[in-house]
Amino acid sequence: MKYAPLNLGRWILWSATALLFLAAPQVFKGGFALTMLTQMGTLILFALSYNMLLGQGGMLSFGHAVYSGLGAYVTVHVLNLMGKGAFYVPVPLLPLVGGLAGLFFGVLFGYVTTKRAGTTFALISLGVGEMVFACVLMFPGFFGGEAGISTNRVVGKPFLGVSFGPAIQVYYLVAVWCFLGMAAMFALTQTPLGRMANAVRDNPERAEFVGYNTQHVRFLQLVLSSFFAGVSGALSCLNFEIVSAENVSAIRSGGVLLATFIGGVPFFFGPILGAIVFVFFIVALSGFTKAWLLYLGLFFVLMVVYAPGGMASLILMQFPVMRAGRWRELLVPYALAALAALVALAGLIGLVEMVYRLSEQGASTVLTLLGISFDARSAPPWLAFAAVLGAGLAALRSAARRVGERWGAIQLELQAKAQ
Amino acid sequence: MEFFLVQSLNGISYGLLLFMLSSGLTLVFSLMGVLNFAHASFYMLGAYLAFQVSTRVGFWPALVLAPVLVGAIGMLVERWGLRQVHRHGHVAELLFTFGLAYLIEEAVHLIWGRSAVDYRVPAELDGPLFQIIGSQYPIYRGFMMLVSVAMLVSIWLALTRTRIGLVIQAALSHPQTVEALGHNVPRVFMLVFGGGAALAGLAGVIGGNAFVTEPGMAAAVGPIIFVIVVVGGMGSLAGAFIASLLIGCMQTFAVSLDWSLAGISIAQVAPVLPYLLMVLLLIFRPKGLMGTREG
Repeated sequence: MKYAPLNLGRWILWSATALLFLAAPQVFKGGFALTMLTQMGTLILFALSYNMLLGQGGMLSFGHAVYSGLGAYVTVHVLNLMGKGAFYVPVPLLPLVGGLAGLFFGVLFGYVTTKRAGTTFALISLGVGEMVFACVLMFPGFFGGEAGISTNRVVGKPFLGVSFGPAIQVYYLVAVWCFLGMAAMFALTQTPLGRMANAVRDNPERAEFVGYNTQHVRFLQLVLSSFFAGVSGALSCLNFEIVSAENVSAIRSGGVLLATFIGGVPFFFGPILGAIVFVFFIVALSGFTKAWLLYLGLFFVLMVVYAPGGMASLILMQFPVMRAGRWRELLVPYALAALAALVALAGLIGLVEMVYRLSEQGASTVLTLLGISFDARSAPPWLAFAAVLGAGLAALRSAARRVGERWGAIQLELQAKAQ
Repeated sequence: MEFFLVQSLNGISYGLLLFMLSSGLTLVFSLMGVLNFAHASFYMLGAYLAFQVSTRVGFWPALVLAPVLVGAIGMLVERWGLRQVHRHGHVAELLFTFGLAYLIEEAVHLIWGRSAVDYRVPAELDGPLFQIIGSQYPIYRGFMMLVSVAMLVSIWLALTRTRIGLVIQAALSHPQTVEALGHNVPRVFMLVFGGGAALAGLAGVIGGNAFVTEPGMAAAVGPIIFVIVVVGGMGSLAGAFIASLLIGCMQTFAVSLDWSLAGISIAQVAPVLPYLLMVLLLIFRPKGLMGTREG
């Protein structure tokens, strides 16, 4: 990391991000796109707050939804009390309420969870998450049980003429909070605490010898992270106008882990990419196939095995090669590998969809993929798809070897030139 | 009195089932440092495979076949999955098994559907075993205890009395030395991982029909066995045994007692108790009941 007096690239990047937030609803028009964009904004904030633990602090948490979910619950109650006229908080400031709630529970649970690091921390965070989930179901009076608590975000006088009734206004509210949160979390990585969190992640023993209490550093990092999680919970509460037990569930916690990891844990902007892809999987793909979770899980496992740095690392790897002007040599191997992967994917999708159709009771066993109809109860389609999958995998293997050889040769030449 | 006796027996049989699960998890953890997140998924897989086999050839072949199949799947997972991820470190391994749990659950959804399957206790084990002052004790509960105890004794014998058991024990503490003596340590890892999966599968075979075989069963029991491992102390088999019995009895009693405090009955609080125990233990004794590692 260089300490330049004025980092021009960084200013350009952040301005471009702000413009992107501003322009996105104008480019992607329609209610469906707006729903997706709003959800992406919320999840970006949530995933970034998660990465404060996993990426920057080395804490693998399986219960992060606790903080966003409880933040959302507090927000929904504040909103309902406002509806009854008990008091008045401007709606744009409600995420702050959710954030403070998240912070409070971060202090409460963080004291227990951050006592240990590593694998034990992961287990304890899971246990605390399950405990909160069980409690939510246990007190239906406050938490509304399985059905949850619904609310109405249009309360009181409009704030500066904005009522937050229309979805587009909610989008811009989410966008502003998301941008502010992104900036704040990036700034936090530059503070002494952010740096110490990295040190505690990489070598806790040395951090202790330097004179820092690792448990205290983990605790502070978790508390700050749960503040941002609470903000994102409040935003999702404003967006959906309902908060239920699902908001604190292990499914939510697992989801944010998947999104963050797919995006790329070692980089600040990784979770942003991951959140965008994840929402795409959830919202867009779930409309097409009921097996979307299987595809998502498979994608995640493949990333864990082959690209532990996530999509961000795959993208960043290309830059040195591009700068050296050698990227053109890789284009053909990349295209071949992509083609082989597509073939394998087609075979896999065919098999999965057939299995699914057979297990569904009462559904027709005749499927239509790419305009071709076939019966899942007959043998030929099974053989055909298995053959396509096999051929695709074999082709992918040889294509990947070609990419690897070319890549290795270029790296060697670049290294030789650098010396 | 008879209430207390019957509930203790129920608690012990549930605790032994939990120990069948947590022992495999603990062994794999202490040997490979991998916390297998998909362990409860192997339990579920065992139950489903037993259901599938028992509809064809009956319960008794399923009792043997299903664990063997699950163990084979576990070995494949170790050989072609975990071993590839190993170079990226323990977090990557944990995440791999986490993703695997997702995949297994979705695969079960795809193959067997989203509702519970009709996996029943076989007719010859259905019925009361004995009677204590008016309340009957089912044969199947006794059978579960018998299988668990038999399995535990055989594992203990295998680990302490056989050659491969001694190699495993040595590989626990000194993998390099064992490798230098000419043993194939990666293969030992594969065997242990498969063995742990088979144990979970066996627990699934006998637990699946005692409770219910449904796609949510892995997610229901998974967090409990992780709590047991933390409460017992990471990597301690004896600790896992005590914690399993403790939590098994605690949950059985909590569900059946109808005391209440401030409008909330004990039965309502039952799902939270194991986690509460974990939190309290972490505050007062962070390394767990029998744990030695402080990390």
